[in-house]
Amino acid sequence: MTLRRLGLVAVVAALLAPTLVACGGGSGSSSDNTLTYWASNQGTSLDHDRQVLQPQLDKFTKQTGIKVKLEVIGWPDLLNRILAAAASGKGPDVLNIGNTWSPSLQATGALLPFDDATLATVGGKSRFLPGSMAATGAPGKPPTAVPLYSLAYGLYYNKKLFAAAGITEPPKTWAELVDVGKKLTRSGQWGLVVEGGNPTENAHHAFTFGQQYGADAFDASGKPRFDSPGMVAGVKRYVGFMANDKIVNPSAAEYAKNESLADFASGKAAMLLWQAADTSLQSHGMSPDDYAVAPVPFEQPTPPGGKKVNSMVAGINLAVFANTKHKDAALSFVKFMTSDEEQLALNKTYRSMPTVESAYSDPAFQTPQVKVFRETLATSAAPLPAVPEEAQFETLVGAVVKDLFADAASGKPITDDAIKSKLTAANQQVHAGG
Amino acid sequence: MAQLTTTATSGVRGPRRPDTPARAGRPRSRRRTLTPYLMLLPALLLELLVHLVPMLGGVWMSLLGLTQFFIRNWTAAPFVGLRNYRLVVNVNNAAGADLLHSFAVTLAFTVASVGLAWLLGVTAAVLTQNRFRGRGLLRTLFLTPYALPTYAAVITWSFLLQRDAGMVNHVLVDQLGLAQDRPFWLIGNNSFVALLVVSVWRTWPFAFLCLTAGLQNVPQELYEAAAMDGGGFWRQLRHITLPMLRPVNQVLVLVLFLWTFNDFNTPFVLFGRAAPRAADLISIHIYQSSFVTWNFGLGSAMSVLLLLFLLVVTAVYLAAPSYWARSRRRSDA
Repeated sequence: MTLRRLGLVAVVAALLAPTLVACGGGSGSSSDNTLTYWASNQGTSLDHDRQVLQPQLDKFTKQTGIKVKLEVIGWPDLLNRILAAAASGKGPDVLNIGNTWSPSLQATGALLPFDDATLATVGGKSRFLPGSMAATGAPGKPPTAVPLYSLAYGLYYNKKLFAAAGITEPPKTWAELVDVGKKLTRSGQWGLVVEGGNPTENAHHAFTFGQQYGADAFDASGKPRFDSPGMVAGVKRYVGFMANDKIVNPSAAEYAKNESLADFASGKAAMLLWQAADTSLQSHGMSPDDYAVAPVPFEQPTPPGGKKVNSMVAGINLAVFANTKHKDAALSFVKFMTSDEEQLALNKTYRSMPTVESAYSDPAFQTPQVKVFRETLATSAAPLPAVPEEAQFETLVGAVVKDLFADAASGKPITDDAIKSKLTAANQQVHAGG
Repeated sequence: MAQLTTTATSGVRGPRRPDTPARAGRPRSRRRTLTPYLMLLPALLLELLVHLVPMLGGVWMSLLGLTQFFIRNWTAAPFVGLRNYRLVVNVNNAAGADLLHSFAVTLAFTVASVGLAWLLGVTAAVLTQNRFRGRGLLRTLFLTPYALPTYAAVITWSFLLQRDAGMVNHVLVDQLGLAQDRPFWLIGNNSFVALLVVSVWRTWPFAFLCLTAGLQNVPQELYEAAAMDGGGFWRQLRHITLPMLRPVNQVLVLVLFLWTFNDFNTPFVLFGRAAPRAADLISIHIYQSSFVTWNFGLGSAMSVLLLLFLLVVTAVYLAAPSYWARSRRRSDA
């Protein structure tokens, strides 16, 4: 009898236990002044990031007494985690975001707006590079992030292969790139490599090439214009490197795990359009003396309406979660991370570009390569469209270009009509969302 | 809870009074009817909380224009009624046409995958039914894909299936010389075949496991009797093994169907977030339409339609055998 009763009590207790434990867990957190910081993956691995960031965070704790709990989150998960945090209201205090997400995340209201007063606490707007600052939110509204690391696209070229083919200068126009590429394409070696299976990379290039042909992905009223003639021509130029000019290995159509970096590092491809590739190239065993960086070429002569744009403003922004209980501590952490000292330390390690003007006097940022990127950011980089639907541009147009590369790789002709019909379908998908 | 204990106690007391069997019987029967349900109650409540509430939440979301503007406070999202549904079932616009295409691909993929997994499972189970040297080793080997973590297994496949460096093309093209040109497996139309192979590889051990367990319940005497009557292997298979496995098969095929139809991990790890059109499974498609494009109302509408479809399939599938049996009995009478 007692046994039976005991058994019953045990069953009920066992069933209730998880609920009780779950209730108890909630109250314990966020009591002390520890900040939670979600960092994006900038180094060669999540572990590498932890090793780079932890000493800096310790320094911050020493200066201010504020502890920081670091979590490094890989790119495939970061946006989902942020969305979940926005929906639940429970998230980190400070977080890294891809700067192209800024307008979309700004629209959610989940991030703290940096109005002039708030900006002043981290040094004011004028402290940051104007180009990088342009990619922190929709124009006319207070930004919801400040730039942390800046990046731009450059044309990486293999100096040895160029010299062996008797080429003395990196190409400045797409026509020159195709010429040079043809000279460099022979058995087992290709002129150029692309990351054709990666929608994000594809979308970035679609944007830049489209701009050179006068295309804007969204018109002034924010309506998508993915299938404008300029976009069709731009995409055709880009996919044409494989389809028509045959200077890209068709296998690159399925590259989505940074295989293009491996191909470039091993000399299977002589040119690569990339941002901040040094760490990865060196981890693939390529010596820094074997390659150099030139500005991304332009279309010559400039097509009607074409813009002098050869890169997106790429980079990582630092944002504060609107629901944070430690707003002041979070802002002092933002100030710390954007200070000259931290900008130098972190950008040197990650081979990205400082977002504050004053950091560039350091000799580490006076190299020819940095000058190319800095020049690009200052004069010819444009932010991706600052509209809330920007994420859809990356997803949908990126997938279209991936599809086109797949067609090109299997020998299908890439005609204007084929490109236009796919882009029109992508355009309709945005309308469906509206 | 107090009530629970009382019922249990009085029930236990019952048999101690042999002189009043009639009275003792009543509380026992009440105990029998009540206790199991009371004991199930906490589980039922948790089940409601864990499964049904989120499901209803999803149905509610499908009626909202839930975009990034409202995820922070999604009760503020505008109520749009059936607009999301109208968009996704309208095959004349891109979103609807793509969903229909994705649905067709998923259905074809699921039928092929479940069919092949079952066929492989039943073959292996029957062949390892009788004892032989190394049977245990072979069974363990067969079960390996089931034991591996999905991500690790599928990412390995994605390396194997690469065009230039992948082992599949190395064997097919370099060693066997079956093709002149190296085929792509991760993009284009072949991606359907690649997805099917990986999916079957992953699910057939489960079929094998269930069918092996089912075969343990087939009495050996039946085979002996059949052998005495001159029934060969195929007759035994058709008239003993398969009919005896029917209850196992019924559950197995349903579970495999639902798992395969909803499979997200395999295509996601294999193709990333933009699956090739030929292998655009519906789970990835819905993910694309909601998470990646920030339109959760539209994604929820697609999910609800998917849920309804799977409910209908399950209901028909479960009801059909008993319906057939009843109508057969009626025609016999």
